[in-house]
Amino acid sequence: MSDLVAGETLPTQTYRVTRSDLVRYAGASGDFNPIHWSDRVATTVGLPGVIAHGMFTMALAARALDTWAGAPGLVRELGCKFTKPVVVPDDDEGVEVQVAGTVKNLTEDGVHIALEVTCGGEKVLGMPKAVLARG
Amino acid sequence: MAVDTALVGRTFPPTEPYTATREKVLEFARATGSEFDGKTAPATFPIVVAFAAMTALMEDPDVGISLHRVVHGDQRFTYTRPVTVGDRLSATLTVDSLRQIGGADIIATRSEITDEQGAPVCTAFATLVHRAEESA
Repeated sequence: MSDLVAGETLPTQTYRVTRSDLVRYAGASGDFNPIHWSDRVATTVGLPGVIAHGMFTMALAARALDTWAGAPGLVRELGCKFTKPVVVPDDDEGVEVQVAGTVKNLTEDGVHIALEVTCGGEKVLGMPKAVLARG
Repeated sequence: MAVDTALVGRTFPPTEPYTATREKVLEFARATGSEFDGKTAPATFPIVVAFAAMTALMEDPDVGISLHRVVHGDQRFTYTRPVTVGDRLSATLTVDSLRQIGGADIIATRSEITDEQGAPVCTAFATLVHRAEESA
């Protein structure tokens, strides 16, 4: 952690998301909203199809932070808006979510990181940002 | 029906203690592809506890929220320490603010998550967007 410098671009992490991941996340988190597993319900409420839980996408951002930090448990702050749904098709390929990050500055609070979380080239989280503990 | 503005500042009773067992933490880590060191929970794991507090708010008949019209607008966590295996966690939710925009209620909530000793672990801030009923 201590080797991160302001302005540094962190290695972009790419994660593949399939329907099976969403079912698994529903079970692990206890969020069984059917828009995350039923096309019938998702389209009824006006969505193009089943979408990932916003909190699942946020968890992928946290996963990237752990990778950059080199260990879990160093996130001091994490926040985002849920701006655009990640539509996950019912096939084996699913979709790819990319998590990019830039070190903004280092303060007494820790290492401030601006994230960019995209799917198909479009931002899916609004203003995602985090603070990592300084090593 | 709009949500009553008297809701602002209201604090709900703490949720039933939730034990972060090794199995539940491992299940969450696997579901999100996160590294698990045997004790530290992924950063977003506290949503499990915060979700219980938000559900209690949304299901309170006095509050007037229709669950199917609620969208998660944003989420933020600040941590005193990471959740670790064995923690018994409880969330106490307060409604920080309420705004009406274009017929939707924007409900800002703050859930203080504490351990068995009552010591702070993390704070989960969530904005819930309660959409207006479609006028048919």
